[in-house]
Amino acid sequence: MKRLAQCTFLAGLLLASAALVQAQGGGVTFERLLDAAAEPHNWLTYSGGYHSNRHTALDRITPDNVDDLEVRWVFQAQSLQVFQTTPLVVDGVMYLTEPPNTVVALDAALGRVFWRYEYTPAPTSRPCCGRVNRGLAILGDTLYMGTIDAQLIAIDTVSGKPIWKTAVGDPEDGHALTLAPLIVKDKVIVGIAGGEFGIRGFISAYDAETGEEVWKFYTIPGPGEPGHETWENDAWRTGGAPAWLTGSYDAQADLVYWGTGNPGPDWNPAQRPGDNLYSSSVVALDPDTGELAWHFQFTPNDPYDYDSVQVPVLVDYPAQGGGTLPLMFWANRNGFFYVLDRTTGRFINGQPYVFLNWAEGLDDAGRPVMTPQPPGATTYPGVQGGTNWYSPSYSPSTRLFYLSAWEAYGSRFIPQEAEYERGRIFLGGLPAPDDPDNVIPGLQRGVINNWTEAAGTGAVIALDPATGEERWKYEMTDVTSSGVLTTATDVLFTGGREGYFHALDAREGNLLWKATLGGMIANGPISYAVDGEQFVAVAAGNGLFVFALRE
Amino acid sequence: MEERRFGRRLVLASVLAAAGALAASGTALAQQEHVGQYSQADINFGMSLYGDNCVSCHGPGGDGVDGVNLRSGQFRAASSDYELEQIISNGIPDTAMLPGNYNEAELAGLVAYLRMMGSLDASDATIGDAARGEALYNGKGDCASCHRIGGAGSRTGPDLSDIANYRTAGAMSGTLVDPTEAMVPINRTVRIVAGDGTRYEGRRLNEDTYTVQIVDENERLVSLVKADLREYEILTESSMPSYADTLTEQERADVLAYLLTLKGVG
Ligand code: HEC
Ligand code: HEC
Repeated sequence: MKRLAQCTFLAGLLLASAALVQAQGGGVTFERLLDAAAEPHNWLTYSGGYHSNRHTALDRITPDNVDDLEVRWVFQAQSLQVFQTTPLVVDGVMYLTEPPNTVVALDAALGRVFWRYEYTPAPTSRPCCGRVNRGLAILGDTLYMGTIDAQLIAIDTVSGKPIWKTAVGDPEDGHALTLAPLIVKDKVIVGIAGGEFGIRGFISAYDAETGEEVWKFYTIPGPGEPGHETWENDAWRTGGAPAWLTGSYDAQADLVYWGTGNPGPDWNPAQRPGDNLYSSSVVALDPDTGELAWHFQFTPNDPYDYDSVQVPVLVDYPAQGGGTLPLMFWANRNGFFYVLDRTTGRFINGQPYVFLNWAEGLDDAGRPVMTPQPPGATTYPGVQGGTNWYSPSYSPSTRLFYLSAWEAYGSRFIPQEAEYERGRIFLGGLPAPDDPDNVIPGLQRGVINNWTEAAGTGAVIALDPATGEERWKYEMTDVTSSGVLTTATDVLFTGGREGYFHALDAREGNLLWKATLGGMIANGPISYAVDGEQFVAVAAGNGLFVFALRE
Repeated sequence: MEERRFGRRLVLASVLAAAGALAASGTALAQQEHVGQYSQADINFGMSLYGDNCVSCHGPGGDGVDGVNLRSGQFRAASSDYELEQIISNGIPDTAMLPGNYNEAELAGLVAYLRMMGSLDASDATIGDAARGEALYNGKGDCASCHRIGGAGSRTGPDLSDIANYRTAGAMSGTLVDPTEAMVPINRTVRIVAGDGTRYEGRRLNEDTYTVQIVDENERLVSLVKADLREYEILTESSMPSYADTLTEQERADVLAYLLTLKGVG
């Protein structure tokens, strides 16, 4: 601890700043995580706090001075994989993951590296969609990382050395961990990836001290368990329902919320008749036991790979007669924005936020009235969805919900019979572009934008959660994989695949400032402060760019 | 599934890719004159490649290797087109099935042919003559007035020096008949009036939210900030003429055979 404190001190001197943030004894306790909002100079969890609204109370950067942002430092990753990490910042020290599974600790003000821990995943790792990692969790003086070969590793925050390693899954089954773990009390909670390999998905918790498994919740109920009847044949064994993105936690209800992914095989629902619980759902779990409190399924028998793998955003929303309502906001990959009561899972409201034609609406219980398109016709949204895992933001200041969306984007789904073989992809077809006579780009982002208006466009959308209606929209030529950050001063930061990092006015959606970072942004920006100076950090291409106001 | 990032060969990728990204590209799926999902041009091209590279072991009937029947459309080691391409590219370790270095057009052709082998009558195929095609390219087709190959010709249309590395036979035969239909969207013509009144017309090379890059009709690279423009129009009609009437089917097959030889200098 001494070395860290000293360095922070040096940084303080250099910046000629008055306040010196001391590392606190006991490290990052659960109490600190619970009250993360009380220390906005830190970024303590993947989503910036248990309610996951990616909103910072820091207020130095405002719509009036955002023009004065300059690059303060850049960290260059050594890996060329997509940089999806959200860094953590604790009292002047930043911890980030570099793909696939390297952890780096840096001085958050200067960008100089303290240590680097490089884990080499087993050669048998087969993450479906890139050797990526989205970040870390911290408890006490320990960091936690999930790896693409499905291991959970505890790492010392000061020495950078691993303390224990636990096998969460088996890479030869197609298991992988790509998410940032979530700490609740004395446990580390993760969800497995591998929905393209015929796995049986799960969310599981480990003793933070020892790495021992405490509970495991299968996202597909086994024989005799409620929900099993939604699998009419043996498909449940290979039914997917992964849980590859970090969940949220509500201390009041003492529930953990987690989104689940597609049933498998992805595009051939005929092989897995039934609603396929709990795929493409949100589940609410008891963090001590892993017991299911409630579930809500967004897309029953999902034939489109509309993963409900989004971050649950928990909001105590002002009620009309005073007080607040315990709500959950969810812009789903299936194109609908949902409002749920997060204590009971009751559906309150749901509205499309992009054009869609797979359903004509939601019934009173929130179940979609599905309108499958004829063979060969285009389904909207397309396979990547109206949004995806990109972190949204809710601002208590504007009371708006902000998300990254793909608009006017569709796919044609062509189911095929798939045969399960351990560890091999299990897809059941191939989604084709909506216009078969046009060569429409995939997701590759080189220096040339191969995405065009013909394939759809990207946008940041501001929704009024009270009505589900769009308040404003900021359109981009290319689609976006960036998360969204809002500030107490109503500045919204986001990026896109074109390599621009934008600051928008969170109230009206006007462009306030932009920087050209030259590489696609596929993570969520964060904000933190060191010695009173506010920073904004975002990864673009293979670099992490950190901005602060010109002095 | 999580989000995939594809390499250039996303066609292939698509299946596996499946992985979600899949806004697949000019796959064989994409073309006209389909036989099932494969274009006739790809099948024809695949048939000629098969004759040159595969027939020595697999035989004209596809049953030359013990235990392998290529005509059946069923493969022991592959279920998807992507996996077939993997086998053709990487071979099967420890067997006589060796790796092969095939480009986009060739892989699409081989797969289309393998898939359709069982239901084809070989006499259907019209395979062009590349030498005659080259003559048509420079003569009757007047292609060089818009296109460039190996440093010669105009740059207003895309440079075709290595077109076979990234477009399939099906895609290119589509272009010759109906260029507008087959056009890759990024190649669209844009018409611009700049803030100072300067007019530009050219082929789009790149575009983002704030800027656009083109090659104009004088073959100059031009980059403009969209907010400064007075007019900005993206035309969906290709400026390339259709050769459906001006070249015969045989002549188009000859031109296609020539295009399929264009693999750049490496
Ligand atoms: C030198 C001989 C040889 C040549 C040339 C050759 N192959 Fe093969 N191929 C084989 C053998 C032998 C096997 C069976 C390998 C095994 O035992 O699994 C095979 C297997 C295959 C398979 C897998 C069949 C299955 O059921 O999974 C495919 C597909 C295939 N070859 C395609 C091709 C194509 C296309 C070409 C030409 C581009 C080609 N081969 C050229 C020898 C050859
Ligand atoms: C008047 C100009 C013009 C002429 C003449 C012309 N082309 Fe084109 N060609 C274009 C333009 C512009 C494009 C890009 C837009 C498109 O794909 O339609 C294009 C596209 C193509 C493409 C697709 C390139 C890609 O990247 O997808 C091919 C192949 C092609 N032309 C071949 C030919 C051949 C062969 C001829 C002669 C038989 C020819 N063109 C004659 C202008 C022309």
